[in-house]
Amino acid sequence: MKYTKRFDGRKFDELRPIQARVGVVKNAMGSAEFKIGKTHAIAAVYGPRELFPKFLQLSDRALLRCHYNMMAFSGSGERVRPGPSRRSKEISMVTEKALEPVVNLGEFPRAVVDVYVELIQTDAGTRCAGICAAALALADAGFEMKDLVAAISCGVVGDQPVVDLNKEEEDYEDGAVDIPIAVMPHTGQVTLLQLDGEIDPEHLRKALDMGKKACEQIADAQRAALRAKYTEE
Amino acid sequence: MSTLLVQEKQVVIPGDVLAEGMEFLPGKGARRENDNVIATRVGIVSPNGHVIHIIPLSGGYSPRANDVVIGEIKDMSYSSWFVDIGYPYEASLSLKEASSEFIERGASLSDYFSIGDIVLIKVINVTKEGNIDLTMRTPELRKLRGGKIVTVASPKIPRVVGKLGSMITLIKEKTGCHIFAGQNGRVWIQGPSPAAEKLATEAIMLIDKKAHVSGLTAIVSSFLEKSKKE
Repeated sequence: MKYTKRFDGRKFDELRPIQARVGVVKNAMGSAEFKIGKTHAIAAVYGPRELFPKFLQLSDRALLRCHYNMMAFSGSGERVRPGPSRRSKEISMVTEKALEPVVNLGEFPRAVVDVYVELIQTDAGTRCAGICAAALALADAGFEMKDLVAAISCGVVGDQPVVDLNKEEEDYEDGAVDIPIAVMPHTGQVTLLQLDGEIDPEHLRKALDMGKKACEQIADAQRAALRAKYTEE
Repeated sequence: MSTLLVQEKQVVIPGDVLAEGMEFLPGKGARRENDNVIATRVGIVSPNGHVIHIIPLSGGYSPRANDVVIGEIKDMSYSSWFVDIGYPYEASLSLKEASSEFIERGASLSDYFSIGDIVLIKVINVTKEGNIDLTMRTPELRKLRGGKIVTVASPKIPRVVGKLGSMITLIKEKTGCHIFAGQNGRVWIQGPSPAAEKLATEAIMLIDKKAHVSGLTAIVSSFLEKSKKE
């Protein structure tokens, strides 16, 4: 069966509505929220601070420690059980890997930077929304950064390459492939690329192109949000 | 041909291209990528000739020699005190630097400073490894008794103090409070009444919120006038 029309009526390369805001958690060094469609992430950064136990310390840089979590009430209750799990552990790890290349952690050897990402509401694309929020929060916290990081999921639904899959599309009965991708928007370098499922090379190329283009749009929204906090009267 | 793409005092964010061409050099908070100079921090552009600096608008405190900061005594050993100055690494106050008077052999160190004391203290040296040496041997440095501490982002302290101390003098005069602003973002306030302390706190929080706005002294002045009348 051909996937000719998206469930929510979007174009195949169209993103869900994006809303970003910086400085939402007053206690944190830096914080941000990132909404894309019904997926809603909040990130808060604490640190740099001393890291204990000592054996975890890195002698030449700070440890970037991400904590990804879907709140208990966030999902639709179908597939992923919210809360700490093997899945959230893995996503915490890939979030760290996606952000590490842009942040200058060498400024703070032996310290730790904690990034907490909480998903209030989820409708697929949570790790991407989390990374977008976390990148903003790190910039807000005043870290030296090469660039921001913009992330989006692209993929193939049926046999149609699409960008920004929602939950309905991820669960498409004839099969869907979900590819979360994170990009440094200034240079176009990729810091995260995961793939679940089977895909042929042509579709993969097409989907990644769409994903990269979408990341530019996301980066624009991120930049606007970051600028807004520091220029508002 | 080299061109500067931003204006002085413009707010920039990481990834913004500040200038094209090799004539411009990246200063603090900027880096070079190919021919371009790119911002690496959220901050305000401050070109100095051909060197482009970014004055950060957020972030933690990074100590430099001669900074006067507000710290809390966290721990003590047989010959030194460890002080939290709002930096990820420990700062130490050695016996030699603790007091201008002679400390007798066998004297009880907690007679000088004990754990939990708040001190106005000066940084004398910062090593590459992040070890920080402190001193109390300057007349203006002392233990801070009573009062309260407000924390603002340390890059905003210059706005709290103002040009030649204009802002902090204004708040002191209008509220009658004693105020010390440490370079690490901690501001100590002690006033004649809780209401005065509250007013001074609010003024400082206002500066924290509007640090990037120009003409801040006038805004704070009118805020203090208005609050006093109410």
